[in-house]
This record gives sequence, structure tokens and C-alpha cells, in this order.
Amino acid sequence: MATAINGSADLDILTRNPLENEAIYIFREVAAQFEKPVLLFSGGKDSITLVRLAQKAFYPSKIPFPLMHIDTGHNFPETIAFRDKLVKELGVELIVRKVQDTIDEGKVIEETGKYASRNMLQTTTLLDAIEEFKFDACIGGARRDEEKARAKERIFSVRDDFGQWDEKNQRPELFDMLNGQIELGQNVRVFPISNWTELDVWSYIQKENIEIPSIYFAHDRNIFLRDGMIWSAEDDVVFRAEDEEVRVESVRFRTVGDMSCTAAVLSRADTIDKVVAEIRDSKISERGARIDDKRSDAAMEKRKQQGYF
Amino acid sequence: MEVLKIATAGSVDDGKSTLIGRLLYDTKSLTDDKLEAIERTSRKNGYDYLDFSLATDGLVAEREQGITIDVAHIYFSTATKSYIIADTPGHVEYTRNMVTGASTSQAAIILIDARKGVIEQTNRHFFINNLLRIKDVIVAINKMDLVDFSEARYNQIKSDFEELMGKRDYRDQNITFIPVSALKGDNVVNRSEKMPWYKGQTLLEHLEAVDRKDIYNIGTPRFPVQYVIRPKTDEFHDFRGFAGKVYGGELSVGDEVVVLPSMTRSRIKDIYFYDKKYRTATRRTSVTITLEDEINVSRGDMLVKAGDLPTIDKQFTATISWMDGQKLTVGSKYVLQHGVNKVLAKVDTIHHKIYPDYSGIEEGVASLGMNDIAQVTFRLNKPIFYDSFKNHRTNGSFILIDSNSNHTAGVGFIN
Ligand SMILES: Nc1nc2c(ncn2[C@@H]2O[C@H](COP(=O)(O)OP(=O)(O)OP(=O)(O)O)[C@@H](O)[C@H]2O)c(=O)[nH]1
Ligand SMILES: [Mg+2]
Repeated sequence: MATAINGSADLDILTRNPLENEAIYIFREVAAQFEKPVLLFSGGKDSITLVRLAQKAFYPSKIPFPLMHIDTGHNFPETIAFRDKLVKELGVELIVRKVQDTIDEGKVIEETGKYASRNMLQTTTLLDAIEEFKFDACIGGARRDEEKARAKERIFSVRDDFGQWDEKNQRPELFDMLNGQIELGQNVRVFPISNWTELDVWSYIQKENIEIPSIYFAHDRNIFLRDGMIWSAEDDVVFRAEDEEVRVESVRFRTVGDMSCTAAVLSRADTIDKVVAEIRDSKISERGARIDDKRSDAAMEKRKQQGYF
Repeated sequence: MEVLKIATAGSVDDGKSTLIGRLLYDTKSLTDDKLEAIERTSRKNGYDYLDFSLATDGLVAEREQGITIDVAHIYFSTATKSYIIADTPGHVEYTRNMVTGASTSQAAIILIDARKGVIEQTNRHFFINNLLRIKDVIVAINKMDLVDFSEARYNQIKSDFEELMGKRDYRDQNITFIPVSALKGDNVVNRSEKMPWYKGQTLLEHLEAVDRKDIYNIGTPRFPVQYVIRPKTDEFHDFRGFAGKVYGGELSVGDEVVVLPSMTRSRIKDIYFYDKKYRTATRRTSVTITLEDEINVSRGDMLVKAGDLPTIDKQFTATISWMDGQKLTVGSKYVLQHGVNKVLAKVDTIHHKIYPDYSGIEEGVASLGMNDIAQVTFRLNKPIFYDSFKNHRTNGSFILIDSNSNHTAGVGFIN
């Protein structure tokens, strides 16, 4: 994908985005300090933002590591099509590892019932893939503002051979210096957009004109209500009881995790400008629409200790 | 948008987490679902008030013990600024986390419990913030509700603190005193009706007005090379770009530069940010630089302006803050990471330990333990290119990595 070089201009300090420059710096540290990094790509807006930042970090070279999608099988069809198109444009390798395969191999057992989700199961698939490819750094789009256990994350976060997070014994990160030294078998989770908020990401997508999957914009969808949240009644992924009535509403998604644990929000925001305006005034946090966090106050911390992203 | 990074400091239970929670609440930054969670847990714990520390104490162990163990980063914004606040632990045992939080901050809030006044921890936190040359320090005298909002008590604490200020090394630090009640919300975002005698700004008003005099701006550009970009495509066949972040000053196309350590001279040909070329790279931009001449440059090398060289040496003395359970001893070896450059370092001399509560120094020490601060001379296997921390925040600091555990064991500020 050759891009024309534009004419000279002054890089104006006033419009410099400190978060963007920090993220580019982090990407370059990953490429320099690790032998086999991988970018975990979920197809969501945060990982799409990561891809753009990685492009900026290494231009005019291609992104010097593959993308990996841990596929729960419960994807919004739009995000898969989007993923494949993006990878083709970038000319980078895409690795896909499926939770279904992990289930078929008998390594994990599918959850059942009303709140069944594959969100937890994907940890096993991820850890297996890290081992299979001997990845020493996994880059992810988690942000500290998402959740209070994530607020404790380092930018370079060391995981032991079992993928576990030792949250009480984290390396201090001083100034800009990132210490990526690890032992064989360990790996580092890297979070280049740690310091971004949800609004920062949306504003960046707006400013950079980054293409994102259509489910982020308001659209009519068959939905049903449960526990005060809005669930997609399409694609049969979310279990729906007989008495949970289906109706059509204009909705959009704020995050696109596993379909089975991602609720929609009522919205008429069908353009990026409207979405940014809506986020700016929102009274509910992004993860407020994630049922997996509602399991308990410590849900995220527990999942992270086990190797979840 | 302007981003202001702030670190908090204060002894256990002085109310740091509560203060941050209050800032979030009064600026309407807590979303409904987060607020509900705080209400629920506060009720469950039997409080008749909202325990705002729940907004930041994100680990189970923290909520169980009601203390902060690890640094949390909290985000909120107003119409004028984006804020990143580091909620640091108050426990002496976690002093290293405080140093960490302060290292990336432009301002600091030191909390004092109005009932206890200036205590040893206050000295320590002030010392560290001064050592790290934090430009703006706000002394928040908290829990004023528990001392009847007494002006006399406030003045007493203020004058005790001013005595401490007389001992500081870095004099160019702005220090502001604000009496607050984090729990009740006095003088945090909203002006207190209980303290009409206080005429100054509320905490938020002060933060909004902090002119972000960039702590990194000192006019000496340093460009440590992070990564060499060689696309080897048809279009960019001979492209050799040096990727890195500009620190301290600007670099422009045409500037005559010296590559360290080879001392080779060249000129800046192009400066790229993504697919566009620019004439000038301002400080703290992550750019890619190409040179007029084909010279060998690799990661860890540094581009500086000719005539503006840093010190190039295999030996130096620095103030060390030790952060590891394994002691630092004379003769021990570490990986020293200076920016993106790594060398081997051997401890040559421990000159003296410095008591960060301003109680003096101790000479003749053989080793340093967790949270110790000391003057240490190192010898290196290869020269590094450094400035003193006083003159260059990034090029004057380094970390020490224990090559057995790979832990970041200490941080140093070069004299
Ligand atoms: N009365 C009163 N109580 C306060 C005030 N600020 C905090 N507290 C209480 O002091 C206790 C400790 O508050 P925290 O915010 O957890 O203290 P901290 O400084 O974060 O403590 P560590 O993180 O463990 O160092 C809690 O019970 C708070 O409710 C205040 O202004 N007035
Ligand atoms: Mg606290």
C-alpha cells in the first residue's frame, strides 16, 4: 500500500497528540526488545486503532509482526469481513485460533444456561496459541480507564509460564523506560493505548478517518431486553428464553467482544461525529454494557490472573 | 488537548483515594454504573456515606484491607484539560510505587491529615517530589472536617511545612497550600462554606490554572535511536530511517548532527511522521529521521546537534532509589538501561545513604535495601551519553535491572 509523500510542513507542537506519540514509542520498543511479538486483533475499535498506530510507527515498512485473532465463534459477521479486508490491505500475516477447537479437543467445557459465554474460554485458546508460536510479546488494546483492575496494569506487563498476572508484584515503570527483559517461557502483555480513554479512541478514529465495522453505528436490529440490558436477537448466539420478547430498535455497540456478553445501547448515532458526541455525554461506562464484568466486583482481576487479556 | 499528569502522595489513610474519587464525582466523571457500584459496596460495608476510594482501589486485596497497594491511573477531563492522576500507595513499604508515579508526573498533590499534621512520611514524600524536580506541588491539608475547619490548625501545618521547604534542594518548585475535606467535598471542586477564611483556589481551580510548563523543555535536543527502519521495497529501496522520540528540544531538516558513540557527522535529510515529511520535529514527537550520509546507526545510538554534546563517560555518580528486595552491594553488577540503551554497570562506591525524611545522611554503608536512597558511583562496560538529571530529565535518568530476576531494581538520577 504505497502512500504518496506530501509536501513539507511544520510539525506543530500544539496539535501534537501526546498519547499518539507515546503509543508509537511503545510499538517501537516492542519491535526492538522482543523476538516474536504479535498483535492481538479482535476486530474491535481498540485493536483497529492499534493497527493504525503500528502502521505509523514503522512506515514505510510493513508492520513487522503478525496479527492474531482468538475467534470465539460468536463474532458479529461484520467484524470478520472487516478483519479480512484490513489484513489484506496491510499485507501482514493473520493467525486465527478458534475457541471451538479448544472445546472440541476437550480442554475446556462450553458454558450452558442463560448467561453462557465463551469469553472466559478464550483464555485457554490464547495461552495455547502463545505457546504454539512461542510469542514473547502480545500487544493488546486494553485501556486503564476501562475497568478498575485494568487501571493497575503496566504498559509492559509480565506473565509467567502459566500466563498469570502477579498483580501485587509488578515492575515499576519509570519515565519512558520499558523493561522487557524476561525469562524463557514468560511473555509480556503490551498495552500501547493504556493511557487513552474511550473518548480519546473515538476522537482519534474521527480525526484519522479510520474505517470501523458498521455495528459501531446505529442500525435497526432485532433485540430483546434482559436485566435492563439490550441483547441482539439475531444470529442465535445469545440464549433467549421463550418469554423474552423480540422487537426492533435502533441500536449500536460500544464494544465488540464476544457477542454473547456484549450488550447494545439504544442510539441514533449513525455517523462518527454523532458517536463522538454521544460518548462525550454518556452516563454509562463502556464496560457497563459487558455482562462478564457484572459477574462480581473482582471479575476482571480474577480473569486477568488466569491469563485473560 | 492538554494532558496534565499528576501524582498523589501521603501517608496511609490520609485520603488520597478518597480525594481522587471526590474529584471524579464532583466533576461528574463517574458514570452511573460506576457510581451505583460504589453506592452498593458502601452500603454493604455499612457506611452512611459514599466511600469514594472504591472508585480507584481496583484490587481485591486493596478493597479488603481498605488500602492502596499498587499505583492506579485515573482519567478525567474538563473543558480545558485531560487529567491523568496516579493514585499511589501511602504505606512506607510501597515508597517505590510513589517514585514511579511521580516519575511521569508534572504536578503532585501531597496530602496531610489535619489531625496528624506534618509527619515523617510528609517529609519523605516532599523529599522525593523535590528529588524528581516536580514543578508544581500542592499540599492538600485534608480531613479539615475533623478539626472543625480550624484556620489556626491549617496555619500551624502550613508553617510546619514551610520549615521543611527550607531544606529542599530544588528551589524552583511552586508550592500551594489548600485546606480540604475529601470526604465532604470542601475545596476540592466546590468552594467550602465552612472555611470562609480561606481565600485561595479550590484544588480543581488550581489544577485548571497550572500552566503546564513542560518539564521536558530545556532546549537540548537528544534523539536516542529506538529502531532502524529498512523497508527494502522497490519504492523505498535505499531507505534507512532512524525511529525514535525527540527529547529536550527541536530537530530540523538540515541540522548538523553527531551520531554517538561513533562521533560521525551528518545532516538531517528528512523527518517523517507516518507518511508525511516535516521540517521540524518538536520535543516528544515520535518521528523517523533520515541522514544525508550513509552511516552505520543502530539501536541505542544517539543523534545530537553538533556543538551540543552530552557527557560521554564510562563512570558517573547518581542518586539512586532502590526498589528491590535483593540488596545493592558494592561490586554487584546490573544491566543499566539509559533510555533505550543498555550497558553493564558495576557498583563502584556507595558514598552515603540519604534519609529522605531530611534527618541526615549515613556514611560507610555496605549495601542498600528496599526504598533506600543513596549516592552511588557506577562503572560501565561501555560509555553512555548522558546529561545531569538537573539539566535533562530523560537523558539524566536510568533504571537498573537485576539480571537474575529481570526486575527493575532501582532508578537513578545522574548528578
Ligand atoms: N472525616 C474525613 N474522613 C476522610 C477524609 N478523607 C478520607 N477520609 C477517610 O479516611 C480513610 C482513608 O481514606 P483513603 O482514601 O482510603 O486513604 P488513602 O490515602 O488512599 O490510603 P492508602 O491508599 O492506603 O495510603 C477512609 O475511611 C476515608 O473515608 C476527610 O476529608 N474527612
Ligand atoms: Mg488509597
